[in-house]
Amino acid sequence: MSDRNTQQRHRTLWFWVFVGPFALGLGVFTYIPLLWSVYLSFFDAHNTVTPDPARDFVGFDNYAQMLNDSAFTDSLLTFVVFSLFIVPATFALSLALALMVNRLRRAQAFFRSVFFLPAACSYVVAALIWKMSIFNGVRFGLANTLLGYVDADSVAWLSTTDPPWHWLVIVTVRLWLQAGFFMILFLAGLQRINPQLYEAAAVDGAKPGWQVFRHITFPQLRATSVAVTLLLVINAFQAFDEFYNLLADSRGYPPYARPPLVYLYYTALGQGQNLGLGSAGAVILAVLIAVVTIGQARWFGLGRKDA
Amino acid sequence: MTISRRHLLAASSATAAAGLLSACGSNTGRSDGGSGGPALSHWYHQYGEEGTEQAVRRYAKAYGKAEVSVQWRPGDYDRQTAAALLTESGPDVFESPGPNLDQIRGKQVLDLTELIEEVKDDYNPAVLAPKTHEGRIYGIPQVIDMQLLYYRKSLLADANVEPPRTLDELVDAAKKLTTRDVKGLFLGNDAGVGALGGTPLQAAGLELVTDDGKVGFDDPAAARTLGKIRQLYADKSLLLGAPSDWSDPAAFLQGLTAMQWSGLWALPAVQKKFGDDFGVLPFPKDGAGKPSVPVGAYGAAVSAKTRDKDAAKAYVKWLWVQQAAYQEDFALSYGFHIPARTSLAQKADKLKEGAAADAVRYATESGFPSQPLLWTPRNQTTYQDALSRIIKDGANPESELKQAVRKVRAELDRVKSK
Repeated sequence: MSDRNTQQRHRTLWFWVFVGPFALGLGVFTYIPLLWSVYLSFFDAHNTVTPDPARDFVGFDNYAQMLNDSAFTDSLLTFVVFSLFIVPATFALSLALALMVNRLRRAQAFFRSVFFLPAACSYVVAALIWKMSIFNGVRFGLANTLLGYVDADSVAWLSTTDPPWHWLVIVTVRLWLQAGFFMILFLAGLQRINPQLYEAAAVDGAKPGWQVFRHITFPQLRATSVAVTLLLVINAFQAFDEFYNLLADSRGYPPYARPPLVYLYYTALGQGQNLGLGSAGAVILAVLIAVVTIGQARWFGLGRKDA
Repeated sequence: MTISRRHLLAASSATAAAGLLSACGSNTGRSDGGSGGPALSHWYHQYGEEGTEQAVRRYAKAYGKAEVSVQWRPGDYDRQTAAALLTESGPDVFESPGPNLDQIRGKQVLDLTELIEEVKDDYNPAVLAPKTHEGRIYGIPQVIDMQLLYYRKSLLADANVEPPRTLDELVDAAKKLTTRDVKGLFLGNDAGVGALGGTPLQAAGLELVTDDGKVGFDDPAAARTLGKIRQLYADKSLLLGAPSDWSDPAAFLQGLTAMQWSGLWALPAVQKKFGDDFGVLPFPKDGAGKPSVPVGAYGAAVSAKTRDKDAAKAYVKWLWVQQAAYQEDFALSYGFHIPARTSLAQKADKLKEGAAADAVRYATESGFPSQPLLWTPRNQTTYQDALSRIIKDGANPESELKQAVRKVRAELDRVKSK
């Protein structure tokens, strides 16, 4: 009896030794700031995180102001446009890479590593390379040098809004950085498909190529595809680094291609220091993300058992 | 999990940012009292010019009545100080392009009026005004910085172009100077949105905000003038996407552009490269306006959270009011700035001839505060967004400005109502 008690105590002790630091960190760096931010969103908190409860309380004013702010609603639209580009593009590219690498007989490990390598690169570094050397606006930038070979005029990629060339830069940098990682996920999925299915299909006369992909490979990748899509959308919501490093300068950020996080950064943490308004924006954004993610999970039937 | 760490970090306010700052910043420069009196920390942003850091450390060491430790801070300095002022571990004394209105209103900085009361008239009013709120002064101007237009004399002569005296001439000149490899004009990679700010308005006889806190560009002339900047963009006369931005003379030095809007600080580099083959101009006038150059000044401010207010103030007074030799050394030995004290500026030999003398004359005759105190960051975002849409997207200047005027008026009302 006492033996079991000691054992129980030991287990409790070890539970807290392992979980405690993590729970503490989560509380201090995640939940307290989260709740504090909700609290701040009801106050006129300029340049302070401890507003006077009586004097500075403004109710839902910050929310009303944020929702009526065309810059904020535009930023939500920017995010939608960005997701519409980046999610299908990464999905298609990483799936294509996975299919190609999976067919290799030799040097598979080599190509797998080569395509995965960009995932190890920092967003900030990649964004700076894209901005300063590949897509800079002068004649000796890489992209403009190529255009020069066909006698076309130089393009100021990041400064051009019509046509919106800046999107090309933003989308390609993220595509390059994340395609390799999702390729690995798809590869793992491909290797789990039972080879007997392909044999059976061949016996039934399915043509290798599109028909097999359409009826065997793609349906079998369903679980992977759902996970990849969800991850891609969440990644797109978090987009900040490459936007900020590509487009911000010392005097601010242009009104185009400004996703919500960048806008809130300038409102709350930048020179604006309007922490109440910024927090209200953050709460609105968090609610939107929650709704979208729950909706998506329902739609895809995430967690439902595969039939 | 629907909310990412990064999202939280960005969104959930400065508790996290301030916490992080104080965590990494236990070395705030304060030590627990040495032999030479109370300990003070003094923050500077990172100047690009060699020797500046050593110079400010030398000045600090020479002060006998406190142990001053200098912190030289690279990176986004204005945001660092904004966050640090919320915490106990911020600086005692710091330089700032402001302090800005909300910092003054929030009582984050101390009133320094008494330090310069006696010599107030010796400062250029265009740099002292933005540091003054309701008659009290919150920052001691260190040096004057100004922006101006550089042009290559030889390139203009080759294209048969006179140095532009009006905005229309500037538009024409930039177009004529543009060739396949060299653009006519560089106003910054954002087509001038950030660098120009209120300068074109000033050149048209308007302003961002009036002294009594009204919108200064609610006028049809504003739309006309900004439309001309759009013309520069539409003509493809502007250099865009250069590896370094307008504040760095590199694009001008590399021959990517025939004219560039930059700062006085670039003058030594330009002179070294081109000798006499360059000139400087103010932003040319438009319509009924007059030529204009934006001037601004970094000022020394004292944090309200400092432990020893009198010691911090006494140190600021010693360095930035009394030590004329250090002020002159700081302005002219490393980078190239105009000393904030008019009496010093008039004595300085380096400012007496050539392009430098022209620049000083422009600053005195046509200088206007680039960052009026009532021009809050929110107003700046509103105005720059409108300007960007006018210039790059070709949006209708009248309707864009109308919207901006409405937003700016609301923000000015907020600021005045407190």
